[in-house]
Amino acid sequence: MKARVIVTLKGGVLDPQGKAIEGALKSLGVDGVASVRQGKVFDIEIEAADREAAQHRLSAACEKLLTNTIVENYSVEIA
Amino acid sequence: MRAAVILFPGSNREGDVARALHQASGVRPPILRHDEVDLPARTDLVVLPGGFAYGDYLRCGAIAARAPIMDAVRAHARRGGLVLGVCNGFQVLCEAGLLPGILMRNADLRFICRMQHLRVENNRTRYSNAYALGQVVKVAIAHGEGNYVADSATIERLEDAGRVAFRYCDAAGKVGGLANPNGSTHDIAGIYSEGFNVLGLMPHPENLIDPLIGGVDGRGLFASLMAA
Repeated sequence: MKARVIVTLKGGVLDPQGKAIEGALKSLGVDGVASVRQGKVFDIEIEAADREAAQHRLSAACEKLLTNTIVENYSVEIA
Repeated sequence: MRAAVILFPGSNREGDVARALHQASGVRPPILRHDEVDLPARTDLVVLPGGFAYGDYLRCGAIAARAPIMDAVRAHARRGGLVLGVCNGFQVLCEAGLLPGILMRNADLRFICRMQHLRVENNRTRYSNAYALGQVVKVAIAHGEGNYVADSATIERLEDAGRVAFRYCDAAGKVGGLANPNGSTHDIAGIYSEGFNVLGLMPHPENLIDPLIGGVDGRGLFASLMAA
């Protein structure tokens, strides 16, 4: 099945890349941009008996490698 | 002192660190591939060199920290063995859980490659006993992700235990402001593990061992290790 893992920076963690993007959007005249935080998306095809098993495997993937839980959070969406 | 240097795909300072170890000890250390599973017998010191292991993909050091050889490095550290991580090696040690915290993107987003002063914050370790306490040394820095971040409880624990190895400072030893090149919390340039056997630092002492290329302030670290 197809899954999407979204990794975002925890609140309060400095995100200089997000700040730079925010500045660029403002300088391009994109109205109403209050703030930008940059994250990562992983589209993963995974084999598992059911959604629960897939969720379990993907959580393990996040904990073992995809996120550094000191500064990042993750969420898993299964299609 | 038997040293071994680990080579990951994308490491590029293994020769520099091997040269510094050779100069200090008279022995050329073996350079081990990332996919080995054992360290050479009776290894005292493992060095993770600078570079861009696995292209810095995902997060700096993240994939190298899970390479096959790292199980042996972790076991070596658990036994009290010495592990030194320089620059990318420091990032690997944090990702491997051998040191707390993480190295984030430099606060001003620039890759910084220049000389930098450091203050020796603790000279009673096997890495630093050839330096004086508070000594200001001039070494090279070359990194894009050297901004040390950890939660406040961790920072407090590091400070209270004397685990901050080096702090960024100016030529007079003053910390803060423009003397901090990357936004690191508490101006931290390097930290020790709880047992003081693991050291990670962003600067490159291995590149300051020859007067021909800018100074010899980096020799103290290798001299300390050889005396250990």
